[in-house]
Amino acid sequence: MPAPNLLNRYTRPMEGWWRRNPFYLWYMLREASCVFIIAYALVLLCGLYRLSQGEAAFNGWLAALATPRSIAFHGITAMMVLYHAWTWFKVMPKTLPFIHIGGKRMPDAAIVTSGLAAAVVLSALLFVLVWSGRS
Amino acid sequence: MTTTRIIEIECQRFNPQTDSEPHFQSYQVPFSEEMSVLQGLQYIKDHLDGSLTFRWSCRMAICGSCGSMVNGVPQLSCHTFLRDYFPDKVRIEPLNHFPVLRDLAIDQTDFLAKLESVKPYLIPDTEKTPAQGTYLQTPQQMDEYYQYSECINCLLCYAACPQYGLNKEFTGPAALALLHRYNADSRDAGSAERMEVINGENGVWGCTLVSYCSEVCPKGVDPARAINQNKINSTKDYFLRFLQPRGGK
Repeated sequence: MPAPNLLNRYTRPMEGWWRRNPFYLWYMLREASCVFIIAYALVLLCGLYRLSQGEAAFNGWLAALATPRSIAFHGITAMMVLYHAWTWFKVMPKTLPFIHIGGKRMPDAAIVTSGLAAAVVLSALLFVLVWSGRS
Repeated sequence: MTTTRIIEIECQRFNPQTDSEPHFQSYQVPFSEEMSVLQGLQYIKDHLDGSLTFRWSCRMAICGSCGSMVNGVPQLSCHTFLRDYFPDKVRIEPLNHFPVLRDLAIDQTDFLAKLESVKPYLIPDTEKTPAQGTYLQTPQQMDEYYQYSECINCLLCYAACPQYGLNKEFTGPAALALLHRYNADSRDAGSAERMEVINGENGVWGCTLVSYCSEVCPKGVDPARAINQNKINSTKDYFLRFLQPRGGK
């Protein structure tokens, strides 16, 4: 009888690992949301370039933004940006050293909440500023 | 009064002498309200199938031996209760990302080497003799590392970490959290010696902040936090060498 192979090991392959657990799916969505943010930045950059080419070119860019396809893109991108921002603040405590206030450690939930609150307030402020500056 | 119900426990089986791939085997296990998944496994071993192999010791989430995948989630089987799964079945697999030795027992040799590489012990600046007294520390200094010292090496975080699954060279959550546990200790002066592990290709930069490790940790260690603290330290270490004479040494 041959000697049993006790060194035989089984390691589960990693194929499709991100589909195995919803936590990984949300993580992949977080990573993928960057692509939409880059695309949005490129669209804005394109607008800046068209502006440098004169009024007609810029109006052409504005007209392109009003197409259903562009509106759909901006709708999806807005959702992706919101999700990305949410995940960004959710992991913020993990990137910070412990913060002590009055001898007590600031709870993670307080860090997340203050980050989110700051983002909401600043975004609203920016929105009001831009909106009131319209001619 | 405890009522007894029957739950289906499906275990991954693998015999290195006869199998090239694992398969699943189902058992009908009577259980009461207070029975853990580990007790379910022990019932199988005692009454249904003595050949089922799994590790366990303390039964109270201290020893870190009984980690396994319970319905796809890394869990201490002593810390997980059958009642929470009933009437559905419970599927138990060995911890992800580790080579399986037999049934639910994994080979943790790789982790032990990584743990050793981070020098998980105090390296004081100057050694004191017992006559010179103890190393003093304030409660706030202790708070800086205490949660990281709670690690029980159960390896749930490695089973949760896809970066470790994809690259076995990655130092991984628990070892890096323990590295930070000593670096953050005011009595320790070994940070410079551990910097090589932090900065290396498979150090903290191998982490992409999936943060599932912190989610599954049964002791609230938050390894993702320990790792990401050291991304800051690693960046500082990299840039300061340009500003300081003799490379900041």
